[in-house]
Amino acid sequence: MSSPAINTQSGIQPRSRWSRTLDQSFIWLTRLFALAVAGTLIWIAIEVAIEATPAIRQFGFNFLTTTAWNPVADQYGALPMIYGTIVTSAIALLIAVPVGLGVSVFLSEDYLPPKIQLAFVFLVELLAAIPSVVYGLWGIFVLIPILRGVGQGLNTYFGWLPIFSTPPVGPGMFPAGVILSIMILPTIAAISRDALISLPSDLRQAAVGLGATRWETILKILLPAAFSGIVGAVMLALGRAIGETMAVTMVIGNSNNISPSIFAPANTIPSLLANQFAEASGIQVAALMYTALILFALTLLVNILAQLLVQRVQRI
Amino acid sequence: MRSNYRPEVAATPSLKRSPTSPRTLFGILMTGLVFICVALALLPLLAVLFYVIVQGVSRLNLQVFQELPPPPLVEGGGFRNAIVGTLIMVGIGALISIPFGVLAAIYLSEFSTGKIAKWTRFATNVLSGVPSIIVGVFAYGVIVLTMKTYSAWAGGFALSILMLPIIVRTTDEALQLVPQELRQAAVGLGATDFQTVSRVVLPAALPAIITGTTLAIARAAGETAPLLFTALFTQFGINWSSGLFEPTASLSVLIYNFATVPFKNQQELAWAASFILVLMVLITSVISRLATARRVY
Repeated sequence: MSSPAINTQSGIQPRSRWSRTLDQSFIWLTRLFALAVAGTLIWIAIEVAIEATPAIRQFGFNFLTTTAWNPVADQYGALPMIYGTIVTSAIALLIAVPVGLGVSVFLSEDYLPPKIQLAFVFLVELLAAIPSVVYGLWGIFVLIPILRGVGQGLNTYFGWLPIFSTPPVGPGMFPAGVILSIMILPTIAAISRDALISLPSDLRQAAVGLGATRWETILKILLPAAFSGIVGAVMLALGRAIGETMAVTMVIGNSNNISPSIFAPANTIPSLLANQFAEASGIQVAALMYTALILFALTLLVNILAQLLVQRVQRI
Repeated sequence: MRSNYRPEVAATPSLKRSPTSPRTLFGILMTGLVFICVALALLPLLAVLFYVIVQGVSRLNLQVFQELPPPPLVEGGGFRNAIVGTLIMVGIGALISIPFGVLAAIYLSEFSTGKIAKWTRFATNVLSGVPSIIVGVFAYGVIVLTMKTYSAWAGGFALSILMLPIIVRTTDEALQLVPQELRQAAVGLGATDFQTVSRVVLPAALPAIITGTTLAIARAAGETAPLLFTALFTQFGINWSSGLFEPTASLSVLIYNFATVPFKNQQELAWAASFILVLMVLITSVISRLATARRVY
């Protein structure tokens, strides 16, 4: 402003070389970091695979189908942990899917005024924020004593069923599954709710216009329309259940046996790692790395499928 | 469809649905079921909070913050070293993951178009689904095996990987919410890309970025699995002269260790430590909820 002559004479000057270099290198720097995030994922896979190589070479695929886990004799097989992981995750899904779906319907319908509804959403999210180890502590001192009573009843009256065939001793797959169901419930509820509220409102209007009741609309129109999002939510929850460590380790009883009874103590892959890793040496570390690799592959598969399903929902 | 169809009703059509028709009753039943589901979901939350508060507060005193963890069968004691250890490791994790995550998110939302951004976002989401115990195993392989000692650095490194996807995602979302006009105005005034991002876009998105970072820190503070065999645990205080290359205590591992022993005093300390962790999570969650509720640009 002070010297208009300069403004008209020089016009817009080209950027200095330094300024352009700074700009370019800043963009490259951010690109580098963005690619490094994806790189971290690959780095984890490679690192775990390298550490597991000695065990992979020694045990091969038999590792997945043998039941021995004997550090003294250096005999390792991961079948009991794979079994425990599947059974606890199945119990968790069996409880959390219906309850979580119910919660998501409740929180996507207009049962409550919007403000109170948001408060409920926040409370459900809070369930996911409580540290896993705190759930474990609560599980040991509060949940296990309660579930022992429930288990005793089931064992007395339905003991002829193999899954209830042993008396509950306290820690076991049943309390582990129940605690997992509490921990994955918010994932199912929140993402299913997202899928339900992102449906176009025309669907509901058309259904109600044709004379459908609220629940006919929900069951025949809304839930089928949001199905892929709901399946994605369940897959994400399954990924969380498979990998969950602390709460499960504290209530599952840590035994490397396969029992058909859900009241029997068992081990999951994460609980095995949490228990043995710090004291392991030699080939045992490699065997543990092998189980970690299996777990990593499993969760990766489940998560990628879940992401693809959830992404499709967000595009609608 | 219309089981209770009667000609005389049809003659004087009514749009009211009969309160005893099977369709209405089915609706009432399902609504009742859904209410029960919500009660079932909130029951554990209230039960956990109730026990943690009741058991934790009863053991909380000044001693807890000043003394070291007691051996079995010894009364008193606290977990000063665990609080300091958690702070150090979360600090290391934040120092690595915040610059890393924010820069990556800047690329995703400001400079990238198309495929790279899509795949990086995908990888970020998958990374956030990697179990925390796997991250612990990874940090063990990368740092503990090379340095040949358990350390706060290994624990902090593991936490940084858990925090990274949260920070990338929240920062990415925060930057995308900044209106395009702000960027256009900055470029129109002659700002370079670097100036636009650092002087205009980042400050506008800062509150949301801080919220996301706080959530990541709160989550990291409660993580146990990645610390079990990276930082391990110790009943002694922090020895700064070792350069943090020695086993380090943390609140979460203390809870795990003391929950699984039969000694009453140590169990009580586990509840007190849980109370501190849960309180921290609650406060950060509420603050972030309030901060994002009043999001104005």
